[in-house]
Amino acid sequence: MTAAIQSPAGAPHARILGVGGYRPSRVVTNEQICRVIDSTDEWIRTRTGIEERRWSTAEETVGVMSIAAAGKALAAAGIEPERLGCVLISTVTHLAQTPSLAADVANQLGAINAAAFDISAACAGFCHGLALGQDMVRSGSAEYVLVIGVERLSDLTDMNDRSTAFIFGDGAGAAVVGPSQTPGIGPVAWGADGAQLDAIGQTFSWDALREQPDLGFPALRMSGQQVFRWASYQMVPVAKRALERAGITAEDLDAFIPHQANMRITDAMIKALKLPEHVPVARDIAKTGNTSAASIPLAMERMLEEGEAPHGGVALLIGFGAGLVYAAQVVVLP
Amino acid sequence: MATQEEVLAGLAEIVNEVAGIEESEVQLDKSFTADLDVDSLTMVEVVVAAEEKFDVKIPDDEVKNLNTVGDAVNFILTHS
Repeated sequence: MTAAIQSPAGAPHARILGVGGYRPSRVVTNEQICRVIDSTDEWIRTRTGIEERRWSTAEETVGVMSIAAAGKALAAAGIEPERLGCVLISTVTHLAQTPSLAADVANQLGAINAAAFDISAACAGFCHGLALGQDMVRSGSAEYVLVIGVERLSDLTDMNDRSTAFIFGDGAGAAVVGPSQTPGIGPVAWGADGAQLDAIGQTFSWDALREQPDLGFPALRMSGQQVFRWASYQMVPVAKRALERAGITAEDLDAFIPHQANMRITDAMIKALKLPEHVPVARDIAKTGNTSAASIPLAMERMLEEGEAPHGGVALLIGFGAGLVYAAQVVVLP
Repeated sequence: MATQEEVLAGLAEIVNEVAGIEESEVQLDKSFTADLDVDSLTMVEVVVAAEEKFDVKIPDDEVKNLNTVGDAVNFILTHS
């Protein structure tokens, strides 16, 4: 007779138990950017909402930033690293194919009982990570999951590119996801549109350097208008699906935390979503730039620290980025 | 099928709604960026609203060619 395998369930629900962020020490103003590209502080502000951004020093590697953010999140959650069942890092700037950044970070944190892996979902990565973390907790694959979004986009920024030099920033944000008796993370609304693969990407892949070593270093490129239109309009039905699946209306929200791609996208989304005026909106991009996978947890941390959003409040998160890929969910704020 | 006057009026309404510019400023010979201070991102918002209002498709690579209000009006007239 064939043996029957067991498949016990995990926790009934999952929630974010704590969040923490790390912002690099080096502040870079628009004026500094404009010493290299032909632009102005006013143009950058009106075009993106960015006043300044943080770029890492040589010491502030993606590993260092991840560990710092993780430490804060673990402390906020009151969870010891040994209790982590998984360390999941979303990043596009871990510039080595293998081993994963997560394996290194898990080891350095002392997460001796954790699985560890990286995911690549660009600016939607943190929301992808939360969805996976939730699934692991509810299925029993892990009791506590550390989800980190970290980027050192300055490594892939062409300082001479008038269209991107001012946009990107560096940083890390982390969240501890764990068991909950009541729902703390809503069902994800996510997807991909690979037909728009060329909208955002790296100028050339690493192997091109073998054929043409004098190519230099690759950089990130973006088709600005195409991405703006996609994010501002196509992401609204995704946001609505996330609300619907969580049984929440826009009126119920205590915060709206979109990926900090561009203040103009945020404003266009608010309009298209008809977000009620009383809902606070994350605008961290003003001081942080676009930090891709790190942007949502960093923005969340700031809103909570500055009292803009209530602990235990309900927030809509939505990430969207290169691929083009996207993910959104409603969460209860830690 | 709309007339040039109707499309111009409709477009003026959109530009006013999206960018706060006086409808009377939105004339055929005006450049969006140079005369009306409508940057490329606001242009996307105008285009999306125009697509809805005039039931026309204006793809991203066409938007670059719409330099003046007249260019936009002509595109809408010839494609709706």
